[in-house]
Amino acid sequence: MSTEDQMSTGVNLTRRKVLTGATGVVGAIGAGFMMVPFIGSWLPSERAKAAGAPVNADISQLQPGQMLTISWRGKPVWVVRRTPEMLKILAENVTELRDPNSEESIQPEYSKNTFRSVNKEFLVVVGICTHLGCAPLYRPAVGSPDMQEGWQGGFFCPCHGSRFDLAGRVAKSVPAPINLEIPPYHFLSNNIVRVGEDPVEGGVA
Amino acid sequence: MSNQTNESSSGKSSLLGWFDERYPVSSTWNKHVGEYYAPKNFNFWYFFGSLALIVLVNQIVTGIWLTMSYQPSNAEAFNSVEYIMRDVEWGWLLRYLHSTGASAFFIVVYLHMMRALLYGSYKKPRELVWVIGMLLFLVLMGEAFMGYLLPWGQMSFWGAQVIISLFGAIPVIGPDLALWIRGDFVISEVTLNRFFALHVIALPLVLVILVFMHLVALHHVGSNNPDGIEIKKLKDNKGIPLDGIRFHPYYSVKDAMGAVFFFILFALVLFYAPEGGGYFIEAPNFEPANPLKTPDHIVPVWYFTPFYAILRAIPDKFLGVVAMGAAVVILFALPWLDRCKVKSIRYRGNSYKVLLTILVISFFVLGFLGTQPSTPLYTKLAQIFTALYFMFFLVLPFTSANEKTKPVPERVT
Repeated sequence: MSTEDQMSTGVNLTRRKVLTGATGVVGAIGAGFMMVPFIGSWLPSERAKAAGAPVNADISQLQPGQMLTISWRGKPVWVVRRTPEMLKILAENVTELRDPNSEESIQPEYSKNTFRSVNKEFLVVVGICTHLGCAPLYRPAVGSPDMQEGWQGGFFCPCHGSRFDLAGRVAKSVPAPINLEIPPYHFLSNNIVRVGEDPVEGGVA
Repeated sequence: MSNQTNESSSGKSSLLGWFDERYPVSSTWNKHVGEYYAPKNFNFWYFFGSLALIVLVNQIVTGIWLTMSYQPSNAEAFNSVEYIMRDVEWGWLLRYLHSTGASAFFIVVYLHMMRALLYGSYKKPRELVWVIGMLLFLVLMGEAFMGYLLPWGQMSFWGAQVIISLFGAIPVIGPDLALWIRGDFVISEVTLNRFFALHVIALPLVLVILVFMHLVALHHVGSNNPDGIEIKKLKDNKGIPLDGIRFHPYYSVKDAMGAVFFFILFALVLFYAPEGGGYFIEAPNFEPANPLKTPDHIVPVWYFTPFYAILRAIPDKFLGVVAMGAAVVILFALPWLDRCKVKSIRYRGNSYKVLLTILVISFFVLGFLGTQPSTPLYTKLAQIFTALYFMFFLVLPFTSANEKTKPVPERVT
């Protein structure tokens, strides 16, 4: 018996190879499909997705030059009430910007303008640096003492030194590639801004 | 009874003989310890391999104990670490052993790698020892990074935010990849939970397996030495290397002495400066994670700062990430970039000495710059030293090909 096996006279080695190979291929495909639940399990859960509901903020107490931070989808969203002086600087200083017209940046169509806003007095922007996700510092004053020379007011990311103006537009030669993201938002009334939702047809926007 | 095979019980107790017939106790011991012949000229630099193993054991044991009181949740993570520090019996010691151990791990590992650079331990036939070691380094970095999120302090949160955002810089798939790693639109409890799972079981398992493979590879090719010569070339009539001595008792005792000195230094830090002056545990990490506010000055723990400085030096998001990744990955290629046949720096030419000095200085300067806020001057310096760091790897293949070396002795000195 064992001698016969060793002689391997009656053994079809080709068939053996084909069968082993076929089993291997089918097994590999099965293992590949088996990876789907393990990889898919890392995607945001339904609960995480549902947490993206819009939020309202009361801006009636916001003084000119002040900033309000609200939390939307766990991210900081800033509302800045800009002064006429600030707006003047924003309109004039465009040469030092990487993307002054927001061509590469993320914003709703209704905020794709010089002041990147619906109502130019109010900037509503996601307070996360487009470089690596830190929350930049708010330094609204021209020539803020802890900022570099020629500071015109804006946001400074302490992590890697990216600079943005008060419209969230990124400066040239800093690590951040694009302007700060503008979330979908609209004004429910003069005092309430709703973040996370596009304006309804015929709304105040 | 009288039928015992004579090879199994070589005069040892019959109990050992019983086991040897069923499991390779003696032969494994002899191959890796008792009759593992290591060069007799090991110096100070050869302590760090065994020390890394000791620190790994410390991390595993203290880590297991910490999981008994730690809770990986948004509400409880920060508090449970404080609970461990204040209320759990000996909790403060276990936690500081673990957090100080992490820094000690990197000190020891960096010195261990420096040894390889000095004496050419990555060269033929030890390329795989080096490559497996580099994999260990990579996994260790991941392990340390994920562990740092767990205390759920400000630096934990924002450090993780920055590092995960790095993946977002990859073209096309980047943003989805970062989302997949986080499991949420921002760092959240979901991220904390999965990092906990990876930190306490997945990566430690990989580490232990890689350490095993590192040692198997090393014991297969034999240890290098400060003279960089192969002791297996000259053997006595029993086949034992003339310049080799048994690992046990010679190096087991030597390493034990090294461990004693290490424990003294480790205890000094542990008891007198467990936070390492803000370098081992950073000050903002004593504040609970706040997703709406980044600390004014965010830096990784000291052992990542050289690579972090490289990231910051490049004023382009994607290229910065590429440079930082390349700074680590390029080390894998070292055995093939260095074409000099002479291993030890003792007999190598001046070009290698100069290059290695530049590399070490660059590493230290970048490490310092990575801890500092970014100013125009520091960014400029970081760019210069990033260039010098990479210069080592780019110039080495050319200088090492025709290096003016000294004659290498036949026997160790």
